[in-house]
Amino acid sequence: MNINKLKSNFSMRAAFRGLIAIIIFIAIWEFGARSLDLIGYRVPFIGLIPPPTAVLDSWAGLVVDPSYWQSWYMSFMRVFTGFLVAMVVGIPLGLYMAVNRTFYGIAFPSFEILRPIPPLAWVPASIIFWPTQEMSIAFVTFLGAFYTIVINVLGGAKSINRQYLQAAQSMGASQADIFRRIILPATLPSIVVGSAVGMGITWEVVVAAEMISGGGSGGAGGGLGFFIWSSYVGGSYEQIIVGMISIGIAGYISSELLRKLGGRFTPWLKTR
Amino acid sequence: MSTVDKTNLMPTKGAIRIEDVVKIYDPEGTAVMAVDHCSIDIPAGEICMIVGPSGCGKTTLLNTIAGFHGLTSGHIYLDDEILCGPGKEKAEPGSDRIVVFQNGALFPWKTNLENIAFGPMMEGKLSKGEIYQKARKMMVDAGLEGTEDAYPGEVSSGLRRRVEIVRALMNEPKVLLFDEPYRALDSLTKSVMHEALLEIYYKNKVTIFFITHDLEEAIFLGHRLIIMSSRPCKPKKIVEVDIPHPRDYSVLTSPRFREIMNEAKSVVNEEARKAFEAGEKEG
Ligand SMILES: Nc1ncnc2c1ncn2[C@@H]1O[C@H](COP(=O)(O)OP(=O)(O)OP(=O)(O)O)[C@@H](O)[C@H]1O
Ligand SMILES: [Mg+2]
Repeated sequence: MNINKLKSNFSMRAAFRGLIAIIIFIAIWEFGARSLDLIGYRVPFIGLIPPPTAVLDSWAGLVVDPSYWQSWYMSFMRVFTGFLVAMVVGIPLGLYMAVNRTFYGIAFPSFEILRPIPPLAWVPASIIFWPTQEMSIAFVTFLGAFYTIVINVLGGAKSINRQYLQAAQSMGASQADIFRRIILPATLPSIVVGSAVGMGITWEVVVAAEMISGGGSGGAGGGLGFFIWSSYVGGSYEQIIVGMISIGIAGYISSELLRKLGGRFTPWLKTR
Repeated sequence: MSTVDKTNLMPTKGAIRIEDVVKIYDPEGTAVMAVDHCSIDIPAGEICMIVGPSGCGKTTLLNTIAGFHGLTSGHIYLDDEILCGPGKEKAEPGSDRIVVFQNGALFPWKTNLENIAFGPMMEGKLSKGEIYQKARKMMVDAGLEGTEDAYPGEVSSGLRRRVEIVRALMNEPKVLLFDEPYRALDSLTKSVMHEALLEIYYKNKVTIFFITHDLEEAIFLGHRLIIMSSRPCKPKKIVEVDIPHPRDYSVLTSPRFREIMNEAKSVVNEEARKAFEAGEKEG
């Protein structure tokens, strides 16, 4: 038997175990949630949750409802807008702080004072400051990813092995070459890591911001966070869980996309 | 038809003259003197081995030649042209002096072939096609065929060192500066690397300034050993290795090799002890 076959066998088995675990988890959940009917006794905690079958039932009704998909779309748009702006602003800022000592001296202290402020603490201020609710949500989402990206890029660019720079200099590289061919690629792994972490924070922030700021007119444009909130207000516990699982899936899709993209940008890391 | 044996022909370019060089780190503060009135003359094409205790200032001296930092006083010349001296504290780094670093400095994000092509690409004198053609040929000559498209992280440490030497040679330097390039290698890989280096050297004669801790390596490779004093570093003793090149590993067992080894060892041990005692006093 060759190594590849062994490897694929191994990953098959790992996937199989994962699947079994999920099935057992759902089975326990189902049983616990129906415990009052089944054994006449309500199992603590799980006994209060709607069973997975009811959740699925409610979900089946929702997948044909355009407003459910509108929530997905809204949250995704906010996450990607905030995230992209954070990349576009954060990467150059981090790199510039790393290479320019004067700018570092000017910008870093302010940055470090602002950084500990949780993005959600910005919600009231940004609602006041930004003209539309959409912009304030986008701004808070942006902050979620921004600090993480800047800190990672800065750290990555500052910890470049000095000998790479010296070697490049000896071989006749100009300042522009050194930036483009050494500093940028050497920082890429940190950019990828910073983005992955930033993406996670972005989902946390967008959901909370949507809950806080409400649904806007009609409630249809409120995103997944507002979807959960309005389900709670409307008393539909099945829909709360549908919303939670939807966010889990959405976050997973985003991270997976980012991992694929990151891997493509840093092909030399895949062998480690 | 006879081919000319070039192994003992020396190049005309690449002589390094170090004159009275002093290097003091942080002169206004702690003032660590790393190099003290050090003079070394290295003729073009010589393999000059620098041996000395840990922390004595060998890397410091190499960095001043490479132009990675300046010197405090003294001169360094390359072929009678001044690299640095009064009025020009720091030499300009350039492709005539290429460093092969202690821990290796291949760019991990470039393939071996791209690493080797880097210098000429920066110089921009040849077209990309010509550069890659030359790079491929150099890799084949150095026994690196088949590793062109691998990343440095994907090949063994021995191969990586070889890639790095080929990358250095692609710049057609006059001087190669080695800072303990084989320190981390096991002794078996090391001996393979030594023979490979000599083979490369016989084909492309350049001046070699080679720092090492390993006396066997120093004597096997070098025309001359410069044994440095403990910090601040200056030549303590110069040992000529009068074993003719080309050499192979059989010289290790020759009586002359043992004699030179013993001669060098006593000096090195004395300096190492001094460095150790100085360290104990400071600590
Ligand atoms: N940038 C620096 N600032 C201050 N002191 C330094 C600096 N770089 C090196 N030194 C000191 O100068 C001395 C010589 O250092 P150097 O690295 O040249 O020694 P070395 O002979 O190469 O040592 P090793 O064999 O360990 O590589 C050491 O005592 C070191 O602590
Ligand atoms: Mg050193």
